[in-house]
Amino acid sequence: MLLWNLIKQDRGGQILLALLALAIIIVPILNSLPSDHPLHIPTYMVAVMGKYLTLALLALSVDLVWGYLGILTLGHGAFFALGGYVMGMYLMRQIGDRGVYGHPELPDFMVFLNWDSLPWYWMGLDQFWFAAIMILLVPGALAYIFGALAFRSRVSGVYLSIITQALTFALMLAFFRNEMGFGGNNGLTDFKDIIGFDLQARETRVGLFVASAIALALGYILCRYITQSRLGKVCVAVRDAESRSRFMGYRVENVKLWVFTLSAMIAGVAGALYVPQVGIINPNEFSPLNSIEIVVWVAVGGRATLYGAVAGAIFINYAKTWFTTELPDMWLFALGAIFILVTVFLPKGIVGLLRRKESNS
Amino acid sequence: MSQTSLLNEITDKNRVFSFMQAQASPVLNVDKQILLYLEGLSVSFDGFKAINDLNLYIRDGELRCIIGPNGAGKTTMMDIITGKTKPDAGSAWFGQTINLLELDEPAIAQAGIGRKFQKPTVFESLSVYDNLVLAMPDVRKVFSLLVAKLNSEQQDRIDEVITLIGLKEHHRLLAGSLSHGQKQWLEIGMLLMQKPRLLLVDEPVAGMTHQEMDRTAELLVSLSGSHSVVVVEHDMDFVRQLAGKDRTVTVLHQGSVLAEGSMDQVQNNRKVVEVYLGE
Repeated sequence: MLLWNLIKQDRGGQILLALLALAIIIVPILNSLPSDHPLHIPTYMVAVMGKYLTLALLALSVDLVWGYLGILTLGHGAFFALGGYVMGMYLMRQIGDRGVYGHPELPDFMVFLNWDSLPWYWMGLDQFWFAAIMILLVPGALAYIFGALAFRSRVSGVYLSIITQALTFALMLAFFRNEMGFGGNNGLTDFKDIIGFDLQARETRVGLFVASAIALALGYILCRYITQSRLGKVCVAVRDAESRSRFMGYRVENVKLWVFTLSAMIAGVAGALYVPQVGIINPNEFSPLNSIEIVVWVAVGGRATLYGAVAGAIFINYAKTWFTTELPDMWLFALGAIFILVTVFLPKGIVGLLRRKESNS
Repeated sequence: MSQTSLLNEITDKNRVFSFMQAQASPVLNVDKQILLYLEGLSVSFDGFKAINDLNLYIRDGELRCIIGPNGAGKTTMMDIITGKTKPDAGSAWFGQTINLLELDEPAIAQAGIGRKFQKPTVFESLSVYDNLVLAMPDVRKVFSLLVAKLNSEQQDRIDEVITLIGLKEHHRLLAGSLSHGQKQWLEIGMLLMQKPRLLLVDEPVAGMTHQEMDRTAELLVSLSGSHSVVVVEHDMDFVRQLAGKDRTVTVLHQGSVLAEGSMDQVQNNRKVVEVYLGE
C-alpha cells in the first residue's frame, strides 16, 4: 500500500520495478533451459546482466545527489570501489588455504610480500555479517567526513566537483601501493566462494543476479521515498536557490551531508555486488575517468528522474559491451557522439524523449 | 572567546566557567518595545565603506520605510541583519536577548526574521503549493523532514495564504511558470507562512502594476502591528502611500542615517533634498 502510494504517479518507476520483478523470475528459468534451446541464456550473460544492474544502482546514487541536490560529484566511483574492496577482502579471506601458497590465513599477495600476519584492518572480514556492515560503513564514513569538511565550509559548484575528483584520484594512488595491504596494482582476485557457495557455479551466478536486481529495486524505492518526502523537496529547493533556503531556516550543509552520505552507501552496496560478478577489484576502479562516466550515464538517461539514471547506465554499458566486441576501436568515439547528441538534442535525456511523446499523445 | 580572556577565566577560581554553563536558548524579549537594535555598525568591502556607523532602531510592530540612493547601503544592512555579512564593528540585537552577530542565516531565520529579496526568488521547479509548504517554520531537522506530513490545521493555513495571494487556482503549477508579479506574490505568501516577527522586504513592488502595488501596500500595512515590517523601496509614490502621515521614514546615505521622520519632514529636509537632487 505504502509502496503503491510512492509510485502511483511514477510511470517510469512502475515500469522499472515491473521489469525487475520479471527479470528475477524469467532469467533463472531461461538460464536453466538446455543450452541448445533457442531461449537459453548462457551463464556468462547472466553475470553480465547482473553487472549492468549494479552499475545502474551506482548511477541511481549519483542521480540522487546530482539530479536532486545539484552536487555534481565526479568521485562517486571511489565509494563504489571502497564497497567493492570490502567485498573483495571478504572473498579473499574465504579462499583460506586454497591459495597458490597454501597459507591458512594470509592472502597470496601478502605471502609474496613476506608479511607474517594479517594487518589489523583485515580482521573480522572473514565474517560475512561484518563485511556487510563495513560495505555500508566504510563508504558512508568517508562521505560523511568529506562532506562535513566540504559542505560546512560552503564549497560548491565546480570547486566541489574538482575536490571529488581529487578524492578518488588520491585513493587510486594510495591503493596502487603494495604497502597499503590491498594487493597493489593487481588488486584482489582469484575468488573461490561467497557465503559457502562456489562463485563459478551456475546457481551462484544466478543468485548474484537476483540479489543485484533486488538491490536495485530496493535502492530505487528508497531514493523515490526520499525524493517524494519533504526532505526531497528541500533538496530541490537547495539545488535551485541555496541561499534562499538558508534564509528560510534550513541548514543546507546538513541536508547535503546526510543525502551525500546515504548516496555513498548505496554506491558501496553496488560495488560490493559488482565485485563477485566480475571476479576482480583493482585500483583502476578509483580512476577519475570512471566517475566521470557515471555522470555521463545519468545525463544520457535523464537527470532527476531516478529511472532515467537506470536506463542510461544500462543503455551505455550495453553499447560499451557491444562496441568493444564488434568495433573495439570505435567505442570512445561512439561514447563521445552519444554524449554530444544527447546534450544537444535531448537535454532531458532518453527519458525526456519518452515523456515528450507521452505528453504529445 | 579570545585566548587571554579564556585564560583569565580558567585562573579565576570563584566562578563557573562560561563555557560550562548551560546555554539557555535565548527567547525573544521585547520588553522595551524595540525589536531590532543596530548600533555603530560598520562594514567595508576593499576599503569602500558600505555601512558607516549606522544606528537604527525598529519598534515592535512598526512599519518602517527605508529609502536612499543607490549604494546607500540598504541591501548590505539587510545582509547584516540576516547573517549573510558579518560587520567589522558594531552590534545587532534582535530584541534584548538575541545577538544576531553570533548566529548564522538558518538560526536567524528560525529566530523569526524573514527576508524578501529584490528579485523574486521562489523555488522554480517546485509547485506553488510545495513552495508554501517548505516555508512553514515547523520542521527543519533532516530526519524529521523525511517523515514530515501536513496536518489539517497546516493545510487550512496554506489554503488561507494561497487564497490571500490570489494563486488558489494555480497551486499545482510550477513556480517557475508564474509571471513576475505572481512570483512576487508567492514570495510574500512564503514569508506569511514563515510567520516571522520581523519582515525585511527589499523593493517589493518592482515590476508590479498599479493595482498590484495598491494590494501590496494594503497587505504590508495590515501585517504591521503583529509583525514589524521594514521596507526598502525606490518608488517614492509607493513609500508615500505606505508611510502615510505618521509612520517613520529613514533616509540612508553613504552607509549611515541621513534623516529620520515622517514623510513630510523627510521630504522637506535640506540635506535629503541635496542628496537626491545633487545640489
